[in-house]
Amino acid sequence: MKKDLCFGPKKLYGLKMADLSVDLGFLQLQNPVIAASGTFGYGLEFSPYLDPNNLGGFVVKGLYFYPREGNPPPRLGETPCGILNSIGLQGIGVKKFVREILPQIRKYQTPIIINVCGEEDQEYVSVVEFLNQHPGISAYELNISCPNVKKNGRCPALDPQDTFSIVRAVKKVSSLPLITKLSPNVTDIVEIALSAQQAGTDALSLVNTFLAMDVDPQTRKPTLANIYGGLSGPAIKPIALRMVHQVAQNVGIPVIGMGGIMSGEDALEYLIAGARAVEVGTANFVDPESTVKIINQMKKYCEQKGIPRIESVVGSLKI
Amino acid sequence: MKDSQAEIIHKQTWNEYILLEIYSPRISSQSQPGQFLMIRINPQLHPLLRRPFSIHSTKGSRIEIFFQNSGLGTSLLSRKKIHDQLDIIGPLGKGFFLDNSLREKEVVLIGGGRGIAPLFFLAQSLRTFPCGVKIFYGGKTHKDLPLKDRLEEKRFDLYCSTDDGSYGYKGYVSELFEATFPSLNPKAVFACGPEEMMKKISHLTQQQKIPAQFSLESMMGCGIGACWGCVKRIKKKGSEEWIKICEEGPVFRSEEIVWS
Ligand SMILES: Cc1cc2nc3c(=O)[nH]c(=O)nc-3n(C[C@H](O)[C@H](O)[C@H](O)COP(=O)(O)OP(=O)(O)OC[C@H]3O[C@@H](n4cnc5c(N)ncnc54)[C@H](O)[C@@H]3O)c2cc1C
Ligand SMILES: Cc1cc2nc3c(=O)[nH]c(=O)nc-3n(C[C@H](O)[C@H](O)[C@H](O)COP(=O)(O)O)c2cc1C
Ligand code: FES
Repeated sequence: MKKDLCFGPKKLYGLKMADLSVDLGFLQLQNPVIAASGTFGYGLEFSPYLDPNNLGGFVVKGLYFYPREGNPPPRLGETPCGILNSIGLQGIGVKKFVREILPQIRKYQTPIIINVCGEEDQEYVSVVEFLNQHPGISAYELNISCPNVKKNGRCPALDPQDTFSIVRAVKKVSSLPLITKLSPNVTDIVEIALSAQQAGTDALSLVNTFLAMDVDPQTRKPTLANIYGGLSGPAIKPIALRMVHQVAQNVGIPVIGMGGIMSGEDALEYLIAGARAVEVGTANFVDPESTVKIINQMKKYCEQKGIPRIESVVGSLKI
Repeated sequence: MKDSQAEIIHKQTWNEYILLEIYSPRISSQSQPGQFLMIRINPQLHPLLRRPFSIHSTKGSRIEIFFQNSGLGTSLLSRKKIHDQLDIIGPLGKGFFLDNSLREKEVVLIGGGRGIAPLFFLAQSLRTFPCGVKIFYGGKTHKDLPLKDRLEEKRFDLYCSTDDGSYGYKGYVSELFEATFPSLNPKAVFACGPEEMMKKISHLTQQQKIPAQFSLESMMGCGIGACWGCVKRIKKKGSEEWIKICEEGPVFRSEEIVWS
């Protein structure tokens, strides 16, 4: 009996609680896992499944200045290990957000990041100027990379000059740190990343969805009413990971990696490749508790490998 | 908490139609007719998304789902065995609207194909309301009416149709309803099935000024209001909007729905 009693605590002493916190410079996160924009609603939808206070942070669904209709359905399709979406950023607009949603999510301790959208540079600026006046937000994520709004997936993040001009314009008026979200639908993502850095962004997040399509061979119709949509989920992970590695090697600001993260191991791959934090998107649909499970799996990894601080994993790729 | 691991305790199969009885005291006690569940069919990455299924019935600690094998996810689900565990979120959405004015009155339920799934739960509830329940049940052939015997056993007034005439009325169930209408006196109509069928019933009931409710379907990413994928065109306060049916539906009143 006595022996058994001693055995428990002794074993516990050996295990040290891993420190999962990461420092983005402008923002300290209690762990590296952030819920990605457009997959976590406005932050309230998940409260029956998890406590948002346990996350590293969450990004709300993309916000334009005015409410938006979004695209006609079908807006979703499923492809092997991935999903296609053409939601078209349907949303309530910034005023209703501040009136109805922000007061409810402000109570969370975890950082709230707003995904900022616009038709033109001026709309991004207006959204940020408006939100600047409202406390409770930790950072802006500039969504210059949504493939579902303009024809053929056009967006500022496809061009280094467009990226520069919009980041510069928003940075000038922003009273909060700025994360610029990049598109993978480019030949050289490093060029775009460097443009955003030069224009003064505080961090980069990548990637947004891949412009893609799917066809039903029986009906010869596209799966999505919009024909093209954005591909996300495990199918994109190897390409997204390569892009995160390339960008992290070439910029001097923090990189937040994402694309197909379903498990703690997936998240660790991004950290090893050089990301300082990660965002989790599609996984939230598959299992609403995904973010919390991923955090626990990362904790376990650190404890099993005897890693006291997860930050030491960042950029630790062995070549 | 809205998520559970739940065990399959009984299974019945008719060709491509499957009825699963699942042990879940929590879901059973919380469910209303018309609500649905999101089921993760396997822990692998393909198929990735959960699939939505209506709650077919509740019995004590048990619930049932009734589905048609119509693709990869439902085919994998149809191969599950007794004692297998299912990963379920729910009950989700809002169910059918039942108000006291229906007490002691006659109501009509119309199910096309697998659309019969949510109506069985509704019929059971309405019966205890109490209401006089008449059920119209249509399918392509007699093989597409697997629940016919069960509905008869429960002594519901049943009207069947098949497209090919292999059982009951020959033609669409909406046509059978239209043909039978003069002898009915429904105070409300509830329907679920192919969109064309529901659209016809919606026109007919609006002409006759009978309130009708429809359980709509669309491709769902999450079932919990987070992806904005499942929208349908709905009239709200005079204007039309894309509304998430997982959150504000899947059941809507006839006058709210803008049929495509
Ligand atoms: C609220 C609701 C309740 C439903 N209840 C029932 C029920 O009780 N019984 C029943 O047999 N069916 C029901 N369905 C339909 C059922 O969800 C689909 O048949 C099923 O998801 C098909 O999956 P699959 O993998 O077999 O088909 P797939 O091979 O993936 O695709 C076949 C078709 O199924 C539809 N589909 C695929 N994935 C989804 C999804 N995530 N959400 C919605 N539709 C999808 C698409 O239209 C697709 O074209 C319901 C749907 C909704 C929205
Ligand atoms: C349905 C859906 C909606 C999305 N909406 C947004 C959005 O509003 N703003 C944005 O920057 N990214 C949006 N994204 C992209 C995700 O935030 C993320 O970049 C992408 O899905 C890749 O990560 P994942 O593979 O983990 O999903 C959306 C993705 C999906 C699937
Ligand atoms: S299914 Fe995701 S919002 Fe309705």
